[in-house]
Amino acid sequence: MRTPPCLLSLTLDSAVLNLSNITDLSPLPDHILIELFLRTLRAGKLTERVLKLFIATGKDEVFSLIQALNIQVTVNPVLPTSKCLPIKDDEIDIVIGALNFDLTSFMNVWRPIFSRFHLTIVKDPDLKEELKIPEGFNLDVYKEPDIDRVVGTSTSIIFSGYACRYFGYLVSRKKYIISMDDDCLPAKDNKGFLVDAVAQHITNLTTPATPFFFNTLYDHFTEGADFVRGYPFSLRNGVTCALSCGLWHNLADFDAPTQALKPEERNSLYVDAVLTVPARTLMPISGINIAFNRDLVGPALLPCFRLATEGKFRWETMEDIWSGMCVKVICDHLGLGVKTGLPYVWRNDRGDAIASLRKEWEGVKMMEEAVPFFQSVRLPQEATTAEDCVIEVANAVKEKLGSKDPVFAHTAKAMLDWVKLWKSVGGSSSSPGA
Amino acid sequence: MAEPATATQAAAPAVALLKDELDIVIPTIRNLDFLEMWRPFFQPYHLIIVQDGDPSKTIKVPEGFDYELYNRNDINRILGPKASCISFKDSACRCFGYMVSKKKYIFTIDDDCFVAKDPSGKAINALEQHIKNLLSPSTPFFFNTLYDPYREGADFVRGYPFSLREGVPTAVSHGLWLNIPDYDAPTQLVKPLERNTRYVDAVLTIPKGTLFPMCGMNLAFNRQLIGQAMYFGLMGDGQPIGRYDDMWAGWCTKVICDHLGLGVKTGLPYIYHSKASNPFVNLRKEYKGIYWQEEIIPFFQQAALPKDCTTVQKCYIELAKQVKEKLSKVDPYFDKLADAMVTWIEAWDELNPTGAAVPNGKAK
Repeated sequence: MRTPPCLLSLTLDSAVLNLSNITDLSPLPDHILIELFLRTLRAGKLTERVLKLFIATGKDEVFSLIQALNIQVTVNPVLPTSKCLPIKDDEIDIVIGALNFDLTSFMNVWRPIFSRFHLTIVKDPDLKEELKIPEGFNLDVYKEPDIDRVVGTSTSIIFSGYACRYFGYLVSRKKYIISMDDDCLPAKDNKGFLVDAVAQHITNLTTPATPFFFNTLYDHFTEGADFVRGYPFSLRNGVTCALSCGLWHNLADFDAPTQALKPEERNSLYVDAVLTVPARTLMPISGINIAFNRDLVGPALLPCFRLATEGKFRWETMEDIWSGMCVKVICDHLGLGVKTGLPYVWRNDRGDAIASLRKEWEGVKMMEEAVPFFQSVRLPQEATTAEDCVIEVANAVKEKLGSKDPVFAHTAKAMLDWVKLWKSVGGSSSSPGA
Repeated sequence: MAEPATATQAAAPAVALLKDELDIVIPTIRNLDFLEMWRPFFQPYHLIIVQDGDPSKTIKVPEGFDYELYNRNDINRILGPKASCISFKDSACRCFGYMVSKKKYIFTIDDDCFVAKDPSGKAINALEQHIKNLLSPSTPFFFNTLYDPYREGADFVRGYPFSLREGVPTAVSHGLWLNIPDYDAPTQLVKPLERNTRYVDAVLTIPKGTLFPMCGMNLAFNRQLIGQAMYFGLMGDGQPIGRYDDMWAGWCTKVICDHLGLGVKTGLPYIYHSKASNPFVNLRKEYKGIYWQEEIIPFFQQAALPKDCTTVQKCYIELAKQVKEKLSKVDPYFDKLADAMVTWIEAWDELNPTGAAVPNGKAK
């Protein structure tokens, strides 16, 4: 009969599982520390942060182990395929717009995935309560006074509600931004494992996109998939991916009428694919779970389309849908790719679709005008950066849609203001498209 | 690890959808043993077997299937001089089956494709899924991020214009393959052991204006809506190229579907592809195609059909004209191909006079 594991062993295993919550290892006796180190290694959980924790204990045995095993302090993140560009953790910013004041459970549930990275948290200026954020993260928090100070009062852009996160995009100085709503949790894949949404978004952004020809086996860079017979060889290098759009389990991103009609409908389907959205094809880009290359398209994600009755539920907004169509048109023009599919996040139930129905119809009506506009807009060849493209789109909006509804006219102005803001506050201007 | 379902696991559906409106077209040069595995799903339907290769050989059809079989002699007899447009020694000959069918829908499958299993282990009724795809609308004008909105449990996402939610009729349903993936010869040579084990649980509409590589291994279409565009070209014996038959049909079909406002879906269902063809043989067949493809793709991407092409026939004849004008300079083969495209339409019209309702052809 096998001897059951001793209490110490069980404790050590538990410690390995909860490493992300441990901030100080110095109280541990030497022999336990070494055993923990070895188990951490075996479990594949020796990240840079954890390694620093062990080094901070100052114990000789730890140092000799590190030297003997030739462990380097700077560790590249493990990415699923060698076709990815290796990127450092400090090139990534996770931007969260806080529409809820209590972020404790949100941050804690994401801790194993988020704790490696820098976070930018922007508090919705309309939120009256103080933000509650747990310890142990590397973050910057921005609130209304910060927004006012940086942006000034002369701009037409309002950073309240879901638009607050764009302030985070503006002030971030990282190359890749991953952003999600504060009511999202990690989802489970079809094997029952928690999905590392950050890693998947980064994979999407650092592997090529293929917008000019559809591959029927979807993303060619995953295991067991490649370009199929008939795919032109000259198009197999692909283009840089500038935007990665993820999906949602449980509460999918439906509009109010759809959710009201099917109140029990919850999305549980796990579609194991990432695909490039073809060039010139438009789609609704949801802001709930999104990532992008700030250097390439930062200014193209914009908080400019505000419904008169915009509210604090996604059903009551269209700002991300408008922003998404701008980004897609601009990416198509600059020869950049947009991917959709994995990763999934789990979205908590929230709000009442029927109550939101009253407000939503305005946005629905406007989409009917907006979509044909975006399908037909053409940008001049001289527009080679995201800023130039936004200006061109803004002018086209003013010309073609301005007279149809004051919201469009206001949006066009806000877009021009946004570019001005980006140029003065957003750091270096974005790189010209590929 | 992908595995085919065994015959005993496959359970016949309670209702065979479109039993009298759909023909299953199977090109074969070897044998039809694979039908035994598909029996629970295929038996209610009428089969059209197109026997390629030596017409003196007898291909045995398993008992209990209702079928008609055509070999090369039959094709020559029925089409006379127009038989020149039907390929010999290449599965492209299958399009003769489309022409001779009298049904509204066609499902075509290769004889090395077996029943696949979904992740829960259940046998996949590919035909049933194709029918579902064809009977529900497509959405080519705006991409739905949750894929097919008409599927159980899915819907249009926020931001999808309501005016586009009715969709358009679906003309083509393109299925996929587990196990041996449909790679070209160079990829096969580099990755001979790669197997597709990923079950992607989605059906999606290929957006308007986007071309794709259409594989004929597991394909269904609405013959009434798009049949005449499904010409699989001149391949095989006496031709400089092979393994581009379905590709050619796919590009023509997509351009015409985009022009006529019809939809093309891809994704489910999966079948289990069991036989890996010889990559060296494939390379010889595909070699020219790999280069010509670089000219062909821009041709199709830029092809514009005039407004007065309101039927598939007119579109196809117009496309044949453009092929002759623009691709002949790539190789004289395209001149021949353009002529064959016209012959195909003429043959189709001869066999399918408008208005006549004709019963199935006789079994051999």
